[in-house]
Amino acid sequence: MAAESGKIDPMHQFQVQTIWDGFTIGGHQIAFTNSAAWMLVTVVVLWAFMLGGMKQQVVPGRWQMLVENFTGFVAKLVDDNIGKGGRKYLPYIFSLFMFILFANLLGLLPLGIFGVHPFTFTSHFTVTGVLAIMSFSIVLIVGFWKHGFHFFSLFVPHGTPPLMIPLIFCIELISFLFRPFSLGLRLFVAMTAGHILLKVLAGFVINSANASPLWGGIVGLPSFTLMVGISALEVLVAGIQAYVFALLTSLYIHDAEHLH
Amino acid sequence: MPQISQLAETFASQLFWLLLTFGIVFFFIGRGMAPKVMSTIDARDKSVADDIAAAEAARVAADAAEEDWRARETAARAAAQEQVAKARAKAAAASEKTLAKADAKAAEKLAAAEARIAEASIAAAAEIESVAADAAKDIVARVSGAKVTEAEALKAVKVALDG
Repeated sequence: MAAESGKIDPMHQFQVQTIWDGFTIGGHQIAFTNSAAWMLVTVVVLWAFMLGGMKQQVVPGRWQMLVENFTGFVAKLVDDNIGKGGRKYLPYIFSLFMFILFANLLGLLPLGIFGVHPFTFTSHFTVTGVLAIMSFSIVLIVGFWKHGFHFFSLFVPHGTPPLMIPLIFCIELISFLFRPFSLGLRLFVAMTAGHILLKVLAGFVINSANASPLWGGIVGLPSFTLMVGISALEVLVAGIQAYVFALLTSLYIHDAEHLH
Repeated sequence: MPQISQLAETFASQLFWLLLTFGIVFFFIGRGMAPKVMSTIDARDKSVADDIAAAEAARVAADAAEEDWRARETAARAAAQEQVAKARAKAAAASEKTLAKADAKAAEKLAAAEARIAEASIAAAAEIESVAADAAKDIVARVSGAKVTEAEALKAVKVALDG
C-alpha cells in the first residue's frame, strides 16, 4: 500500500482477536474470540428469524411466509437430491444451510461504519473444514451402517469391465476422499476471495482520495462503483455458497443412502 | 494469511465455539423449529387438498342430484301423460255409454209411439168402418127402405173400402 499512514491490510479482517481469555480444556486454551462472538450473533439472529415464523398460522403473515419459504426450499432440496428417506436429514441440512447463509450475510454487513467490525467465520478453513468433516462423517457413518462393506461398491460404477475395476476403484476412492476438502475449501475460498477483493478496492478508494481529489476522481470513484457491484455479487455468492454446501452434502448423503 | 498463521493458536477455540453454536442451531433450530414449520406447511397443504377434494365431491353430488331430479321429472311427466290419456279414454267410454243408453231409450220411446200410432190408426179404421156401415145401413134404409143387417152393411163397407 502507499504511505505508511494509509496502510490498509486486506488480510487484517481475517485476524482472530481474543476478547476473553476463556478457559482450558485438555490443555487447549479456549478463548472467546471475535469469531466466536459472530458465531453467537449468527445463532441469535437465526433464532430470531425462525421465531418470527413460528406462529403456525394457517394463513401466514409475511414473516412466517419467508421462514416457510426457506424451510420449504431446503425440504425441496433434500427431497430432490436425497429422495426416499431424505426427510430425516432435513434438520441437519437445514441447520447447515441457514447457519452458513446467515454467517455469510452477517459477515457482509457494513457494520464497520458503527465501529463493530463483522467477522466472517466461514472464511476460515478451520470452520468450513469442521463443517465439511461433519457432513463427510455422516456420509461414512450412514453408508457403512446401511450397507456395510457393500458401501465400497459405490466406487465401482455399473458396467465397469472387470479388468478396469482396480484402477476405477482407486480413482473413485480418491475422488470420494477429496470430497470433504473440496466441500470445505470451496466455501472458505469463495468467502475469503470476495472479502479480500472488497477490502482491496476499499483501500484504493481511501488511499486515492487521501492522495489528491484528482486521483480520488480517477481511481477512487470507479473503484467505489465497482465495490457497489461486487457487494451485490457477494450477497449472491453468500447465498450460492450456502446452497452449494447444502446441495453437495445432500448429494453425498444420497450416495450413502442409495449407492448410485 | 491469518487463517494459516493463526491456525495452531486458534484451532481449539474455533472448534469449540463452532461445535457449540452449530450444536445449538442443529438441536434447537434444525430439530426444534424446522419440523414445526414443515408440519405447518404440510397441514396447510393437506387442508387445501381436502377442501378441493370436498368441493369436487360436492360438485359430483350436485351433478348426481340434478341427474336424479331430471330422471324423476321425466318419469313424472310420463306418468301424468299416461293419466291424462287414461282419463280421456275413460271419459270417452263413459260418454259413449250414456249416448248408447239415451239412444236405446229414444228408440224404445219411438217404438212405443209408433205402436200407439198404429193402434190408433187401426182403431180409427175400425171406427170408420163401423161409422160407414152405420151410414150405409141408414142410407140403404132411407133410399130403398130395405132393412140391412149390420153385418151385411159392414161387409159391404169393407168390400168398398178395401177395393
